[in-house]
This record gives sequence, C-alpha cells and structure tokens, in this order.
Amino acid sequence: MSAFSLAGSVRSGERTARSIVEEHLAAIADGETEINAFNLVMADSALERADRLDALVAKGGDPGPLAGIPVALKDNMCTRGVPTTCGSRILDGWRPPYNATVVERLNDAGAVLLGKTNMDEFAMGSSTENSAFGPTFNPCDTTRVPGGSSGGSAAAVAAGFTPLSLGSDTGGSIRQPAALCGVVGVKPTYGRVSRYGLVAFASSLDQIGPFANSVVDAAMLLEVIAGHDPMDSTSIPAAAPDLLGVLDQGVEGLRVGIIEEISGSGPTGLEGFSPDVQSRLAEAAETLAAAGATVEKTSVPSTVFGLSAYYVIAPAEASSNLARFDGVRFGLRVDAENTVDMNAATRTAGFGDEVKRRIMLGTYALSAGYYDAYYGKSQKVRTLIVEDFARAYGSYDLLLSPTAPTTAFPIGEKIDDPMLMYLSDVCTIPSNLAGHPAMSVPFGVGDDGLPVGVQVLAPANGEASMFRAAAVLEAATGGLTGSTT
Amino acid sequence: MEPEAEMPTPGRITRDDVAYVARLARLNLTDAELEGFTGQLADVLDHVADIEALALDGVVPTSHPLPLSNVFRADEPAVGSDDDADHRLFCEEVLAAAPAFEESRFRVPPVLGEAP
Repeated sequence: MSAFSLAGSVRSGERTARSIVEEHLAAIADGETEINAFNLVMADSALERADRLDALVAKGGDPGPLAGIPVALKDNMCTRGVPTTCGSRILDGWRPPYNATVVERLNDAGAVLLGKTNMDEFAMGSSTENSAFGPTFNPCDTTRVPGGSSGGSAAAVAAGFTPLSLGSDTGGSIRQPAALCGVVGVKPTYGRVSRYGLVAFASSLDQIGPFANSVVDAAMLLEVIAGHDPMDSTSIPAAAPDLLGVLDQGVEGLRVGIIEEISGSGPTGLEGFSPDVQSRLAEAAETLAAAGATVEKTSVPSTVFGLSAYYVIAPAEASSNLARFDGVRFGLRVDAENTVDMNAATRTAGFGDEVKRRIMLGTYALSAGYYDAYYGKSQKVRTLIVEDFARAYGSYDLLLSPTAPTTAFPIGEKIDDPMLMYLSDVCTIPSNLAGHPAMSVPFGVGDDGLPVGVQVLAPANGEASMFRAAAVLEAATGGLTGSTT
Repeated sequence: MEPEAEMPTPGRITRDDVAYVARLARLNLTDAELEGFTGQLADVLDHVADIEALALDGVVPTSHPLPLSNVFRADEPAVGSDDDADHRLFCEEVLAAAPAFEESRFRVPPVLGEAP
C-alpha cells in the first residue's frame, strides 16, 4: 500500500498511527542488523507521537497529509535535542538546538519521525562506505553498496523499514542510491526545499529531496517539504508546485531528449555504461514514445565536463563550510596546548579520509596561484553547462539518461580508488551544477537482477512535467502509481 | 603568515603541496597518509585537467544556480534579547552542545602565549 493511501486510512480512523509505526519498528528489528540503514531509531518518541496523532483523530481532528506516516531523515538534518552526526566522529555527542525547516514541515503535516539514517560522512561519497558508523548494505543484495551518500535513506525505504525518507543531493546523493536500491528518488530545483538546518556540504549545490516506493508518495512528500522559507535566503519565493494533481496527465505531446553524452551513446558518449543499463534506458524511451511523447537522441556536449567542474567546485565550497568543525562549538574536541593545535588535533581525529581528501582538494583549488586555473575555470564550465541545458530545453520539455552507469557494485570495489568512485555520479552531477530538478525512477533490472534507475531531467521549476513522465514510466513497470484514488 | 618558500609550485601536485594544504586546513597527516593522499589528489586533478581543452575566454563564471541578489529582512532582533527567557534558554542549549564553555562563552585553550 502506498504511504498516500496509508495516510488516508489514518485520517479516516481505519488504521491507527500506532499500528503503522509498530509495523515498521518490527521490520527494523528484523532486518536492521543486516542492512545498517539507521544511525538512530527513535522508537519511543515515534510511538509517543503516534499515540498523540491517534488521539487527535479520535477527537475528530485532521493531523495532515502525512498522518501517522513514518519518515526517516538523513543524519545531516538537524533535529532539536536528537543527535545529528553527519556520519562523522567530529559531531560526537552534539545535539542541535533547533529543527531543520523540513523537520518542522513534517511535524506540521502529521508525519512521525522514525530515525536518522546512515550516510557517507558529510554526504561525501557514492556508496555509504565513508560513514564513521560502518557501511550500509543494499537490501536487494547485501554484498553490494546501496549507493550514496544518502544510502541509509534509500536502503531504509527499499527494506520496508519506512515508507518515506529524506535525503540530500549535492551531486547525485539522492538519485544514485535510489537507482541502486530500486526506489524513487527526487532532487528538486535548487531552492525549492529549504536548506535551513541541513548541515552544509556545498551550499550552491545541496538540495533536500524525498525517497519513496512510488511516484505518488514522492510527490506527496515533496509537496509537504517544498515552498518558500524566510530562514533560507536561497529559497525560491514561490508556493510549492501541485504534483499530486498532475500525476495522471500523461506525456502526450511532451518532447523528450535522450542525452547521448551521459547515456554512453553516440560519438561523444562517455565510457563505462553497462549494456543492460543502456537497454533499460532504451525501453524507457520507447515507453514514453508509446504514451505519446516525442523522443529522440540529443547532445548536451558540456555535460561531459560536469564531473571535472564538480570535483573542484564542491570540494572548494566544502573546504570552507567544514572549517567550522574546529573543536570549539560542536561535538568532539581533542585537547592540546593551544587553540591552533587543538583545532588540528580535533579535525585529524574527527574527519575520515574522504572528508580530508575533499577538504585538501578544495583548499588546493582555492589557494593562491591555483584559484584561476581550477576554481575560476570550473565556474566557467558551470556556465557552459547552464547554457547547453538552456539550448536543449529550447527543443525539449524533458531530458532522459540512466541515473547511474551501472547497477549496485560490490562493497569495497571502489573504496580505495576515489576517482573510480566519483565516476558513479557522472549522470547526476550536471543537474546540480545547473540547479535543475531531476529524479530517478526504477525501471526493471540489469543482467545481475539488480535494480536499474532511469533519470528524468527537467528545467528549473519543471517538477510537474518531470513527475508526469515518472508516473508513465512507473506504470509501465507495474509500480504503485495510480493509487491516488 | 606562511613563509614564501613554502608556497606551492605549479605542475603536478607534489607531496610538499599536500603537506602545505593539509597545514592550511588544520589536518595532521602521517607520512603514509601524505603519500596516499598525494597520489589520489593527483588522479583527481589529472581528470580535472580535461577542462583545459575548453575555450573559456570571455565566459562569465557561474557561482550560483539562482539569479539571486541579496535578500534582506527587517533589522529587528529575531530571537530576543538577553532579558528574554526563551533566548537565554536557547543560548544555554547552544553552549551545552559545545565541548567546553564558561558563563556565556565558548572556552578554548590559549590562543597566544601562556595560559593565564
């Protein structure tokens, strides 16, 4: 049953929120040792909250669109008084003194916070192997990674631990794990969802978005968390878009372009794409065409350079954002004779290797003598990508690609080769650089039986048509879409 | 100020460059870590070098995906003053989350010279 229908049954009094929460806590008790999706399960507060919601319904009240629905949060979203670790030792013992805006929105909508999910430290990684609390395992095959960095949130939904979760996406950290775990994952337009209370990785790229088992559930959750927030000055000053209302509109007349470069096809296509992933993409394109869309291959040349620009810009912003973790205000402190030595001792003990690598890369790219060569040039490449997308969206309403070049890879396969790991995000990074929305929809399996995700990309504020296409793709695979009635 | 002799030199990133940025970033590295990170950072920077092939003269840099100018709010106390009980409670919560504090301030080891 979709979370959408489940919420309806709570609002009508057919089901209690408590029974739903208990069901999911039981699933966690059964499977969590195998998956390690959570850094913290908030069992007591979730049950307490469920009882309060049930009492409200019994008195004739309406808790809201997410009535009684458990939601898990990636552990980089601040929860007042509840540990928020970012998958890092450096935040050991830190309890945020405030809630992220998304947490307030979930509370206002009647949701039940179920727990905080595992992640690559500070959202840096594509496999959730870079967590200080051990890796998360893919529920589809526990010898494989769940993707990352929001791997805990993706795995929690795929394993049935929670119907809904939130992740953050800086270069693909929602969409890639969604693809690898076989769930729906959405990165909204930059500024669509408030970043207030999201611990910053790369501020010009970070965006919060939903994970769900179905397109309708993802739409419902995004409607709840989207919309202007005065606490985030980069928040788009517009109301949340209507998504549930457009899901059954189909794709008749929409123009869809398949991006050759990040599909590994055509003369300019990047290498490393599995043939089975490419086959699923071709079938997805046929599905949209059969539903009345015009689908053809197209070129967005500069997407080839997205990865390079990203691995300068994101570490540069990270090196600055992570300067605040110095042993003074949050969590860990390793004592030393003076403050500078204390800062270094704390950061050395508190950060893992990938975070250190990116901080150094960013510091290098911003240092005197290299700023123009790396950071300046990357910002210009970002402009080329924005312009190329603008050209493409002159001819197409939506663009299409695989979400990731391959299905889930084995644990340990890429962890010692950072550059190889970074290539997992080659399809997803361009949307972050442009600030555009994009989402991953499960579309069949690969030769290994593991899920394949298809990525639907849209121009800024194009969520509605993106969700329409996602609903058509999902319906073709026998998904849950259509259960809105 | 860092001595000028320690500034990085152009070319492929070296062990000395990595040691230099590690110090700027307040990270202590062992010799083995220094060796490992140097190779890995060099791999990434080699990949990044593919943008050298692009004609970028005259291209305007993009620092942010939204065409934003400054966003201002009214210049009024948002949380409250020191006389406000909620504000004091919030400050206490912030301080309690820190490794060390004294009265209403974060406490750190000596910054300059000897401890008082």
